[in-house]
Amino acid sequence: MSEAVPKIAQIPDLVNLFPNKVQLDTRPGYQGYIVGREHLLDVVRQLRDEYGYDYLSSVTGVDYLPEGKMEVVYHLYKTLGGPALVLKVQTPREEPRVPSLVPLFRGAEFQEREAWDLLGIRFEGHPDLRRILMWEGFAGFPLRKDWREPYFEEEAKPFKSRWPEGFVFRAEDRNPFGDNVQYPPGFDPETWTSPDDEAVYRALKRIGEDDDFHTDTLVVNLGPQHPSTHGVFRMVVSLSEETILDLKPIMGYLHRNHEKIGERNTFLQNMPFTDRLDYLCSMSNNFGYALAVEKLMGIKPPERAEYIRVMMAELTRFLNHIFAIGFLLNDLGAYFTPALYAIEERELILDVFEAVSGSRMMCNYFRFGGVARDVSADILAKVRRLVYDRLPRKVDEMDEFLTHNEIVRERCEGVGVLTAEQAIANSASGPVLRASGVPYDVRRAEPYSIYDRLEFDVAVRYHGDIYDRYLIRLDEMRQSLRILQQVLRDIPDGPIMTGKPQYQVRVPPGEAYGRVEGPKGELGFYVVSNGKPNPWRYHVRAPSFINLTSLADMAIGHKVADVVAILGSIDIVLGEVDR
Amino acid sequence: MTGWGVLKSLWVTFKHLVVTYIEDLRYGKRRYFTPEGVEARRSSDVRGIFTVQYPEEKLPVPEAFRYLPFLVYEEGPNGEKQMRCTSCGICAKVCPPQCIWIVRRNDPQTGRPIPAPAAFYIDVDICMNCGFCAEFCPFDAIKMDHDYEIASYNRLSEHIYDLEKLAKPVSYYASIRPTDYALEEAARAQKGDAKKAGSTAG
Repeated sequence: MSEAVPKIAQIPDLVNLFPNKVQLDTRPGYQGYIVGREHLLDVVRQLRDEYGYDYLSSVTGVDYLPEGKMEVVYHLYKTLGGPALVLKVQTPREEPRVPSLVPLFRGAEFQEREAWDLLGIRFEGHPDLRRILMWEGFAGFPLRKDWREPYFEEEAKPFKSRWPEGFVFRAEDRNPFGDNVQYPPGFDPETWTSPDDEAVYRALKRIGEDDDFHTDTLVVNLGPQHPSTHGVFRMVVSLSEETILDLKPIMGYLHRNHEKIGERNTFLQNMPFTDRLDYLCSMSNNFGYALAVEKLMGIKPPERAEYIRVMMAELTRFLNHIFAIGFLLNDLGAYFTPALYAIEERELILDVFEAVSGSRMMCNYFRFGGVARDVSADILAKVRRLVYDRLPRKVDEMDEFLTHNEIVRERCEGVGVLTAEQAIANSASGPVLRASGVPYDVRRAEPYSIYDRLEFDVAVRYHGDIYDRYLIRLDEMRQSLRILQQVLRDIPDGPIMTGKPQYQVRVPPGEAYGRVEGPKGELGFYVVSNGKPNPWRYHVRAPSFINLTSLADMAIGHKVADVVAILGSIDIVLGEVDR
Repeated sequence: MTGWGVLKSLWVTFKHLVVTYIEDLRYGKRRYFTPEGVEARRSSDVRGIFTVQYPEEKLPVPEAFRYLPFLVYEEGPNGEKQMRCTSCGICAKVCPPQCIWIVRRNDPQTGRPIPAPAAFYIDVDICMNCGFCAEFCPFDAIKMDHDYEIASYNRLSEHIYDLEKLAKPVSYYASIRPTDYALEEAARAQKGDAKKAGSTAG
């Protein structure tokens, strides 16, 4: 029977396919397979080449301190759509080593570096295993369960000192700055220079020795302080004249170890913290996290809440895309006129968010099993006016304003090209992936919430250049409006919450990966619960972080002035990149 | 034709420029520094300039707006403050950045806890305005404020709010959140009726 179905359409049974190499993960609440460390590359290669698991979405580590193990978790998908194949590799905690998947998927590069940086898992065969978010002089691996941060109070919130004998104190009074900073042995902050910087500069591609013209390679740091980089972000480029030979992004300047904070928090307390990831799209962030925890809890929100959620998520997509276009034009040198036109529309949407959730940007609106407040008829009427009347006009105006402008086309067409193969291998997602001709959208590939009953097209463009990444955002804004119109037409009355609102939710032990199609790409939350009030592991698959893997591929061969535009076309938010 | 696209773009910006002046003429003096003008500039059919001239003009905040918590007290017949807070500690437990400190009051004679706070502190530098404390308070005792102009000169002395600074009368609460207040009062009245009915039946 199975012979008739091509391998690429099958969901393989790995235990039979790879006897003795792969085991079923039988822990209660867990899914997927445990792969022997030495077999990982073979298994993944076969899955990729024969079964069509060509998209490595998420790589992350988990520290199982009581069992003395570290685990690396891989989420593989087919770009044809369908559920995840979850693979895990276990390694002893004393000397965690796992083979690197970078030779098969370049998209693993940053994520493996992150796991090395925060958990100290060594990925053998990784071409560039350096710290990525923490600074190079940092001692220890902060996401390990036995690592304690400065101003450490207790393992988990709520802290006992707050009630009932809660005499107020400031953390820095109890633990003055300087007493709580850990340095590596023999470290002197006065004389220290970063060895990694040297390594980066030396690793850059340069003009070959056989160049008969005897020119020198110029190495330039763009950033960290640079107005065009949307925040504190640094790109080291090597140049031959004005042409880019090589590029390395360096991030982490805004790092606050979101995931460690998340593991100290209770499940609910994480909700407002997710707002601060991609601070333009807090509603989408809430959505992904709520989905992950609801999966663990096994609950579903009522109909009205689902509609409200989708409404908020699509309004967020609209505002993000119009904002991204505005700021792309900023990066191209059209200083602030298009950006301010975009901000005007965003303003009106933020008014809706503020009236619904109480805050313009840090919405904190979703709850497990529903949303925080109901949407009143007044607000619905306002959304209706926006969606049916104003916003479609404004998309058309943006279109008329920019699409055929010769300067925009000259700067964008054919610049920063990312091919479909590169985009998939680099685990790019969202508009970056779809502008390269891969019609992959989580809302269609693995529908969540009520997206399976909504009518919309997955926008796709085929050139993979800046211009297509601009056009696809226009397309997606139109599709979002189409979804919003259906939502406004069908939204039912009823409750907005399953069960009673609780401040302490009971989450059964297990793991869950909740992912949504965020405006910037696939936003995933990997949550592990051990039945306690706080998550054991809380990991964010940040789309703008992983999309940056493609930056070098896009930029090499173009002029240095184009880098700024290319970066603008990826659309990153440093709050999410650095976490 | 080369250049046509640029001209079209310029036409769009030109229209944006002109429409601002048309709106100014249309509204006349009502356009700026009046509540009506501010409201017009934030409605969904606004044309022309969006800018609100803060601080001379201010956008009215919606009822749901949340900015820093305060404690609600009822005014007694002689003007004394009766705090609604029972120091149950739920707000301190649910607070994500853990910025709420509560000291429970004990009866001086028996040493047993009595349902009122002896001290209540919020470090407003740490508060992230999530609104969980107000959302999960079972006694409607802590609510989110609307006053967002709280800049001060001294971080150390002014940014830890104590009971006195946090306490605001229930009338103030009713004025900033009339809908929520009405709903809560209705629920309370219903509960009271149910209790009365229960006690007479029992």
